[in-house]
Amino acid sequence: MAKRRAISLERKKALFGVLFVTPWLLGLILLMAVPFLQSLQFSFSKLTLTPEGYSLKFIGLDNFHHIFFVDAWYVRNLTNAVTTMALNVPLIIFFSLFTATLLSQKFRGRMLARAIIFLPVVLASGVIAKLDSGNFLATLMGAASTDVESNYSGLRSIELEPLLFEAGLSRDIVFYLTGAVDRIYQIISSSGVQILIFLAGLQSISPSLYEAAKIEGATGYEAFWKITFPMISPLILTNVIYSIIDSFYNNSVTQMIQDTAFVNLNFGVSAAMSWVYFLVISIILVISTYLISKRVFYYD
Amino acid sequence: MKASLKTNGRISASAALQAVTRWYESYNPVDKVKHWLWIIIRAILLIGICFIILYPIITKVSLAFRDKQDMFDSTVVWLPRNFTLDNIKLIFGYLNYTEAVTNTFFLSLTTSVLQLISCALAGYGFARLKFRGSGILFGVVIFTIVVPPQTIMVPTYLHYRFFDVFGLYGLFTGEPGVNLLESFWPFFISSALAMGLKNGLYIFIFRQFFRSLPKDLEEAAYVDGAGILKTFWRVMLPNAVPAIATVMLFSFIWQWNDSYFVNIFAPNTTLLSRMLDLLPGAIRPEYVGGISHTSLYLNTGTLMGILPIFILYLFAQRYFVESVERTGLVG
Repeated sequence: MAKRRAISLERKKALFGVLFVTPWLLGLILLMAVPFLQSLQFSFSKLTLTPEGYSLKFIGLDNFHHIFFVDAWYVRNLTNAVTTMALNVPLIIFFSLFTATLLSQKFRGRMLARAIIFLPVVLASGVIAKLDSGNFLATLMGAASTDVESNYSGLRSIELEPLLFEAGLSRDIVFYLTGAVDRIYQIISSSGVQILIFLAGLQSISPSLYEAAKIEGATGYEAFWKITFPMISPLILTNVIYSIIDSFYNNSVTQMIQDTAFVNLNFGVSAAMSWVYFLVISIILVISTYLISKRVFYYD
Repeated sequence: MKASLKTNGRISASAALQAVTRWYESYNPVDKVKHWLWIIIRAILLIGICFIILYPIITKVSLAFRDKQDMFDSTVVWLPRNFTLDNIKLIFGYLNYTEAVTNTFFLSLTTSVLQLISCALAGYGFARLKFRGSGILFGVVIFTIVVPPQTIMVPTYLHYRFFDVFGLYGLFTGEPGVNLLESFWPFFISSALAMGLKNGLYIFIFRQFFRSLPKDLEEAAYVDGAGILKTFWRVMLPNAVPAIATVMLFSFIWQWNDSYFVNIFAPNTTLLSRMLDLLPGAIRPEYVGGISHTSLYLNTGTLMGILPIFILYLFAQRYFVESVERTGLVG
């Protein structure tokens, strides 16, 4: 007992800290670090399954050569995934900020509106999304087009397009906007968590700031841009990162990586594909974090 | 409000100002019009958004009770003319529904409890029990969120195919490890070691929440003679109910909907997401008599796939939304 008292609380805390983190640390070593390095090793090797496990043969950069110069689809799918992400993330951020602002106001039926808007967080993931967005009907009839694919909400921008052209907007902007309208379901269903994050942030802003602004004669518009926006700008960073990771979680590239490994049993090529994928995502994340965090306002 | 009026003059002055503004707004016609206009616009926007979200679900409900001949009847838009339960019965059989739901429920519940334990421990460790290198390790937690599961998929698969911790099993038996595929063990092991589905995010949520709890709470417990374990179990955890609820709901739902890991680790088990994955193959138009029938069955299947989680959400949504808001997911 006397010996135990000699240990200071700080030291005891540190010991328990290690103890508390142990399950995670074990998992990190066994299920993350080891596979991570192994996967790097696989990407430079040819892997063959044997009854006693597997055997590796070092083949250098052949797998990487294969995915970049032999495989017709990998680069195409990857570019596609990055483009989709780049188009969708700004829309998701804008939409979720807008919806969160709406939902943070007090009105009748607010609970119902929230319950419905968060429904996609619960439902739209995994197989159900795959079954829905895969648009089996179009595929079966051999008329799979990107137009139909992501839009089964029955909403189309047929009238909107000429209207915007008449308004004199440039071609690219018009197609971006009408594309956004066509993909509205996809955007709404992938912004549930982001709305939650923004909503939590909006509710943590002190009401006295708005009160002071109102006394000074600020309009609602000014209050939004001078108070709300800077106060939640750190959350924009959080949400951008979350949306980027989320958009890369399940798409044609991940499907391709999986098929290469488990359908074609080409484990080495699959590992190389996943490493290229990982590097691309990391670069995008680093660049976007750097660009956004320069503009973020921290209030403390 | 009552309490704030009592405290000091400044706040009651602002209350008076509020009363004046309210009076002004209710008598100024321009402001009144603005006010009502905004309410109408907001209502239209919200109803529109809700409609877009509910549209696919309503369509599926409408399709599920529809007889085959209604598919060719252009006068049937929403309400089926020939009401039938045949689709549901048929899909019930195809999905092996009772078994699939029971298995999925068991799997989701067990993994989410395991994840809850391991992530709460790690989150508390990172938030309150600082040790040398804990900052760097927390950086690694964030890193694990970023690594796509596909990158470590092949080694993880082989790891569970020839499961053997540090070669101990092989040392004693001479076998190349245990095959854990086609069982729930891969899910349980990775959840218990906080490396399951999106576990980095849960650790992050717990850490943020435990950091936001007042330090006095912890110190008071220490002064009263509680050890670190007891403080964690009796004082901190009961205060962390919002974080626990959030993580529990998220992990349950995401495990329920997951088809990625299920396809890799246990492709032949009767789990709901796996059965739904197989459904399009089982009801190809050649087998059921036409594309429209396939679409009918597929929509019914999807509806039945989301039904259990939808019912759960009906009861839990209020708690879910409120707790997520209070969790400090904010960062």
